[in-house]
Amino acid sequence: MKTVRTDQRVERMLGALAVALLVLIGAMVVTVFLKGWASFSHNGLSWFGPGGDVDEQLRAMQQATPLPGHSPYYFRAWPLIWGTLVTTVLAVVLALIVSTLAAIFLTEFAPAPMRRTLDPVIRLLAAVPSVVYGLIGILAIAPWINSNLISNGRKASVGYVVQLNGADLATATVILAVMITPIMVALISAALASVPPSWHEGSIALGVNRWRTIVRVSLRTARPAIIAATVLATARALGEAIMLAMVSGGRGFAANPLDGITFLFEPVRPLAATIVQNSEGLTIPVLAHTIYAIAAVLLVSAALLSFAGWAAKQPLKRYGIRA
Amino acid sequence: MDPMMPPPVRRIVVEREPYVAPPTGQNGDGGTATLAPAPGAASAPRLRRPATNVRERMRVESVWLAYGDRWVVRDVSLPVRQGEVLALIGASGSGKTTLLRSLNRLTEVTAGAARAGRITLDGEEIHELEVNQLRRRVSMVFQQPNPFPMSILDNVAYALAEHPKHGRRRRRRTPELEATAADALRRAGLYDEVADDLNRPALRLSGGQQQRLCIARALAAQPEVLLLDEPCSALDPISTATIEELIVGLRESVAVVIVTHNLQQAQRVADHVAFMHLGELVEYGSSEQIFERPTMQRTRDYISGAFG
Amino acid sequence: MAAAEGTELRPLAPGPGVPVVRPRRQRTSSWPLIDRIGYGLCWATGLALCAIAIAIVLYMLVKGIGYLKPSLFVESPAPAVKQDEAGGFFDPIIGTFILTGLGILIAAPVGVAIAAWLSEYARPRALARAVESAIEMIGGVPSVVLAIFGLLVFSQGVLGFLSQRAANGAVYGRSFFAAGVIMAVLALPLIVGSVREGLAQVPDHMREAAYALGKTRASCIRHVLLPAIRPNVASGIVLGMGRIIGDTAIVTILIGVTLQNEAVGNVPIIGNLRGTGSTLTSYVYTNSPAGEGGAPQKAYAAAFVLLMIVLLLNAIVTRLSSDTKPLGRAAFAGRLRMIGRSLPWTQ
Repeated sequence: MKTVRTDQRVERMLGALAVALLVLIGAMVVTVFLKGWASFSHNGLSWFGPGGDVDEQLRAMQQATPLPGHSPYYFRAWPLIWGTLVTTVLAVVLALIVSTLAAIFLTEFAPAPMRRTLDPVIRLLAAVPSVVYGLIGILAIAPWINSNLISNGRKASVGYVVQLNGADLATATVILAVMITPIMVALISAALASVPPSWHEGSIALGVNRWRTIVRVSLRTARPAIIAATVLATARALGEAIMLAMVSGGRGFAANPLDGITFLFEPVRPLAATIVQNSEGLTIPVLAHTIYAIAAVLLVSAALLSFAGWAAKQPLKRYGIRA
Repeated sequence: MDPMMPPPVRRIVVEREPYVAPPTGQNGDGGTATLAPAPGAASAPRLRRPATNVRERMRVESVWLAYGDRWVVRDVSLPVRQGEVLALIGASGSGKTTLLRSLNRLTEVTAGAARAGRITLDGEEIHELEVNQLRRRVSMVFQQPNPFPMSILDNVAYALAEHPKHGRRRRRRTPELEATAADALRRAGLYDEVADDLNRPALRLSGGQQQRLCIARALAAQPEVLLLDEPCSALDPISTATIEELIVGLRESVAVVIVTHNLQQAQRVADHVAFMHLGELVEYGSSEQIFERPTMQRTRDYISGAFG
Repeated sequence: MAAAEGTELRPLAPGPGVPVVRPRRQRTSSWPLIDRIGYGLCWATGLALCAIAIAIVLYMLVKGIGYLKPSLFVESPAPAVKQDEAGGFFDPIIGTFILTGLGILIAAPVGVAIAAWLSEYARPRALARAVESAIEMIGGVPSVVLAIFGLLVFSQGVLGFLSQRAANGAVYGRSFFAAGVIMAVLALPLIVGSVREGLAQVPDHMREAAYALGKTRASCIRHVLLPAIRPNVASGIVLGMGRIIGDTAIVTILIGVTLQNEAVGNVPIIGNLRGTGSTLTSYVYTNSPAGEGGAPQKAYAAAFVLLMIVLLLNAIVTRLSSDTKPLGRAAFAGRLRMIGRSLPWTQ
C-alpha cells in the first residue's frame, strides 16, 4: 500500500540520518585515537609522566628541532595532567559544597520573594559565555590577586623557576567553580523540590527537625541528581579551554604542593587550554599528533566520567530513588 | 420571612448541650461494651473487648483552629485517654483532620495557621513543650503510606537514630537499636513477615505492609499517643482488617485517636466517638451511645447516611 | 433576624477575650548546635551566591556601558596605535550572526529529524540506543576536540571548496562553513533533547487519534506532533543558539583570529562563508591580554554586547518554556479538524 511504503521510506530516511550522525561521531573518536597513536607509541606510558618542560617540548615540535637526545615526539604531559586534575577536582569539590548548600537554601529556607528573584538569576548566570568569565578573571581578579595576595617575598621564593603574576591556579579554580555552580544549583534544587512532600511531612511528624529531615530524606532522594550534576559540571570543567587559557597562567608548569600556600599562586595549564593555545601548529605533523593525543586523553576522561556517574547511581535505584 | 432580609448566619441547629455523659449499660449490663449489637443499630461486628485501665492522656479545651481567616475548628473540647480508641467521624470539611493534626502541632507547618484554646499532654500545655519532643511523644500515621526510600530497619529506627542523645546521634546499627526496631515491628504485626531480611528496601513492600511499617515507625519511639489519619482508606479489606486488629491491640499501651470516614470501621474499633460537623463538635460519647442512641438529630442523620 | 424555635447562634470566631496565636513557621533556637551551624551555612552560601551574581552583572554593566559607544557598532576593527580611538566590532557582530545562522540552519532540521526518529520509530533498538549515547557524548565532549576534528575534516582536499585553497594545493580548512558545521554538531544535543522532551509530553491519545483516522506515522509526525511541540522546538533552537554564540574555542580554531571578515572569491555570500573573520567571542579573546591584547576597553564593550545577547536569548527560552502546557480540549479539537482537512492529500 502506498501509505505503508511512504512510511517505510520516511523511516529509512530518518534512520539513515541517524546512522550518518553515528558514523560521524564514531569517525571522530576513531580519528582522534588514530592520529594520536603516533605520539603514544613513541613515548609509551611515560607520556603521562613528568620529564622536563612541556613548553620547551612543544616549542621544539613547532620548530621541528628535536631536543638533544630525544626523538621528535618526545613529550611528557604530566604538568598538564596535573594542572587539569588539580583545577578540576578543586573546582568541582568547591562547587559541590557551595551548590548543595545554596540549593538547600533556595528550596527550603529562602522566603518566597527571594526564591522567585533568585531562580532566573541562577539560570542567567548559567548562560554567561566562558569568555566573559575569562575577561573578568584576567582583567579584574588576577591583578587584584597579584597586588594583594602575592607578596614580593613569595614571588622571590619561586622566582628562579617561574613568575607569579596573578594568573594562576587559585584564580582558575575559583572562576571555574563560579562557572559551574549555577548549573549544579539549578539541577540540585530541581531535584530537592521534587522530593515527595509526604516523605518530608512524615519525617517532620516523627519529631525530626527540618535540617535533619533535609539531610536524611531530601538529600538522599536527591542523590542521583547530585551525582548527575557533578558529572555534568566535571565534564564542563574538563572541557573548558578558553577561560582557562586566559586565566590559568599559560605556562605548562606543575604547581608544587610542597611550596605551601604558594602552590595556589603558581601558574598551570590544563589540557584543553593547551590544545587551544597550540592550535596553529596543527599543520606540523609531529605537533598535530601530540595534540590529538591530548584530545584522546580528554575523550577518554569524558567517557570514564560518564560511566562513573552511571555506576554511582545504580545502588540507589534499589531503594526506590530514581534519577 | 421578609425577602429583603439577609439569610441568617447560624450554621447548626442546636437542641441541647453537645456533651453527653457516658451512658449506663443497656439491658442492665453495666459494662461499656457488649458483644451483641443492640437491635436497630448498624450490624458491624465489634472487635473490641472491654477497655481496662483507662487514664486520661491529653485534653483538648475550647480549641479554635484557623487557616488564614477561616476558622476550621470551632470551640472543641475532648479528652484523649490511654486504654481506649477515640474515633473522630464526620463529613469532609468537618475539621476532624485539622483537629488531629493540631494534637502534635503539625498545623504549625502551614503558613497562616492560627489557634486559640488549650491542648494539654499529661497536664502540660503542648505549645510550651519543645515541638520535636512533643512529636516523639505524640506520633502520627498518615493516610497514604509514606515509608522513606531506605531499608525497613532504617525506616523503623529513623526516629530513634535522629534522637539527639547527650549531643551524639545513634546512627550506627547498634544492637539496641535493632532490638527496639524489632519490638516495634512486632507490635505493628509486621515482624514475622519481614524478619528474614530487614535490609530490604521498604518501598518493595505491599501497601498494607507499608502502612504497618509506618505504624511500627511511629511506635518505635515509644509514643504516649498515636494519631491515625484515615490509615486504611488506601488499603484493601484484608490489610484493613489486619490494621484494625492491630489498633485495638495497641490501645492498652498507647492512647489512639483515629480519624475515619468509614462508619463501620469506627464501630469496629472505637471506644469513644466524636462526631464533628463544619468545625463544631456535635456530639461526643461512647461508641454504643453514638451509634445506637444518638441524641442529636444531625448525628442521627449522618449515621443513617442522610448526608456525608 | 428571625430565629427558629429552640436554636441559638453559634459563634463563628473566638470571642474578644480569647487570645489567638499565629505561630511563626520556624524556631531554630531549640535545635542542636550542629544543625544550627548547617542552617547558618545555608543562609550564608545563599546570600553569597546572590552577591556574586549581582557583582558579576553589575561589574560587566559598569565596565561595558562605560566603554560602549555607538560608533563601535558600525565600524570595522582597525589596527591603530591608540586602540580606544579606532575601529569597532561591526565585523564580529556580523560574524556572530552568520555563524549562528549557519549553525542553526544545519542543526535544526537534523535535530528535529533525529529526535522524531528516536521518539517515534527507534528501530532497531540497538541502533537507537547507540544514537542516543552518541548524542549524549557530543554533549559531554569538550568543544576543542570537536574543533580539531573539524579542522582535520575540512583540511581534506575534497572539501577545498568550503574554504580557501593555498597555492600548493593545501586546503586552509578554516572558514565560516567549517565552523558552521561544527557549531551545528555542538547545538545538536540541545535541540534533540528539547524536541524529545516535547514529544514525550504529547499524550498518546493524540497519536492514536491520528492513526485511527488513517494517517501514516510520517504524516502524524508532520501534521500532528510537530505543530504540537512548536514551543519545545523553539526553545531547543534558542538554547542551541545560546550555546553557539557563547563558544569561543571552535571559533578560534576554525575561523582564526583575524579580526576582519575576509571573503574568498567573488561570489557574494558564498565568498563570505568561505572566508574567515571573527565573532564577538573571538574578538573579546583577541583583545584581551590573552590574545594579542591591547584593547581591554573594546573587549569589555564587546563582552557586554555579548552578554546582553545571551541574556535576551535566555529570557526568550524562559518565556517559551513557561508557555508550554498540555493541549486543552478546545485546542485538541482544533487539531483534529486540521488533521481531517489534510486527509486526502497525505494518503
